[in-house]
Amino acid sequence: MSNIIVLPLIIPIITAVILVFLREHIMLQRVISFLTMIFISIISFVLLEVVQTEGIIKIDFSGWLPPFGILFVADSFSLLLVLTASIVTSICLLYAFSTIGESHEKMFFYPFVLFLIAGVNGSFLTGDIFNLFVCFEVMLLASYVLVALGGEKVQLRESLKYVVINVVASWMFLVALAYLYGTVKTLNMAHIAERVAEVGQDPMLTTVAILFLVVFSLKAGLLLFFWLPGSYSVPPTAVQALFAALLTKVGIYALFRTFTLMFPLNPEVTHTLIGIMAGITLIAGCMGALSGRDIYTIATYNVIIGVGFILIGLAVGTEEAISGAIYYLIHDIIAKALLFLIVGMMVYLTGETVVKKMSGLIRNYPLFGWIYFLVMLALTGIPPFSGFVGKVLIGIGAIEGENFILLGIGFASSIIVLYSLLRIFLASFFGETIISLEDEKKIPKGALSSFVLLAIIIVFIGVGAESMSGYIDNATRTLMNPSIYIEAILKGGQ
Amino acid sequence: MESLMIVLVGILVSVGTYLVLSRNIIRVIVGTAILSHAVHLLILTVGGLKKGDVPLLSHSGGPFTDALPQALILTAIVISFAVTAFLLVLAYRTYVTNGSDDFQELRGMSDE
Repeated sequence: MSNIIVLPLIIPIITAVILVFLREHIMLQRVISFLTMIFISIISFVLLEVVQTEGIIKIDFSGWLPPFGILFVADSFSLLLVLTASIVTSICLLYAFSTIGESHEKMFFYPFVLFLIAGVNGSFLTGDIFNLFVCFEVMLLASYVLVALGGEKVQLRESLKYVVINVVASWMFLVALAYLYGTVKTLNMAHIAERVAEVGQDPMLTTVAILFLVVFSLKAGLLLFFWLPGSYSVPPTAVQALFAALLTKVGIYALFRTFTLMFPLNPEVTHTLIGIMAGITLIAGCMGALSGRDIYTIATYNVIIGVGFILIGLAVGTEEAISGAIYYLIHDIIAKALLFLIVGMMVYLTGETVVKKMSGLIRNYPLFGWIYFLVMLALTGIPPFSGFVGKVLIGIGAIEGENFILLGIGFASSIIVLYSLLRIFLASFFGETIISLEDEKKIPKGALSSFVLLAIIIVFIGVGAESMSGYIDNATRTLMNPSIYIEAILKGGQ
Repeated sequence: MESLMIVLVGILVSVGTYLVLSRNIIRVIVGTAILSHAVHLLILTVGGLKKGDVPLLSHSGGPFTDALPQALILTAIVISFAVTAFLLVLAYRTYVTNGSDDFQELRGMSDE
């Protein structure tokens, strides 16, 4: 049974390799890649159900028992993210079918999306920190290609910076790994946690922890987000949506694992630092979102605000805050994907990127306009939609943890999010229409259905938050009590 | 021996950092390559240099040398090789398309 944990990693890789040989058969590529993602979503849902009843499951590759071998671990937290990521990817693929264009499809677009998702799922599932590095690299290499694919001037320029920054970040990851291995002599995450707890988290280990914090912050866009707005606004829309939904979230996942499981013992230093970084990220993100004149800038800075808000949950670290952060993480993956898809579609329809030059879209495309309105409300955290529960729980957590500054910044940022997105809504959707009936481009059916599907998920998560609470409670319990995780890995036997 | 290695790592890191901070694309790429060599040596060193015998049960009874750092470095070398190859191709394409290999000129304005 536990063998199927490896499927979310292995199936995309195998399918991607097969798709490389089907270069000319675009229809076949579409069908296979879409079915693959649906299949992975189903598998991860089944796994999630199994974990609810049987507890954490793991697979030791080729029978090397932990701490010696590499292993995959599936707990509720990672499976929730795998599930969300797979669903969002399949919907982004649906959007890509009608918009990405034949030249991309023939240049191995689908294989690289599958490689990307393999890396993302692998990062979520692995229980070995060096394997995490490898999965990160799989994901990043696919993302390098996806940023540069198309080969336009600005794309190449931005992708070069993106690649160089990530190469340096990966280098720092290796440095951190070297020091970690030098200090605790193990790479299995559960075993690291146990060793760190045995010796107490001395200053040496805290330094290593801070090194990991820097590395994952670069990947997550926490404080070190200077590379993000440029590189996220150049690729085609479907790729942007995938990046905004998944890439920073993998960094956030790694931060949660590192600072709840491996280095939770010195929160005065590490968690305070995360709190300060989250606060500055929120403020800087808000400034960026306010100052932006084109919709890509506003949307990318909204990604950064989302990252800052989620990490308030980790910085506060109470049970309420952590479960709020998980809710918000899931919400953010879906809502950011939808936001970027809509923004890309707006640019496609009007040919403009500057907010003020667009006007009256809602007259031509009423459904499209109202879906934008919906995602705006969701991102702000208005009750019936998905952002609400997460924001409230993080808020309660911050009050419990008496962290009022972060509380204030966090909720002030919600208002800025509302303002920046409402500005787009008022300027671009309301007012006189600039598109005459003759020039009106149709929104492709595939794209429209992807909007509707994501909107339905957003409403479902908001209204049906109760149905998810079982999974999220389980995930929170494991994050709050690392001993559950450690025991499942080290004492579980085969 | 370990101290000597660490000094070497330090030198490599400073050379790499200097190159990464320069404006020319090729220098930056060479810099990242040197940085990755430095970290491979670092992993080797923190794992402890040769302390015992080959870690094969049939060959000796121990104490054994830790074989894990080698495995880690091998993986890291493969990855950095792939990334560097990709980076070189990307740099060449950027040079051809944008007509410049100077990061200062590749800055780009946010609102162009």
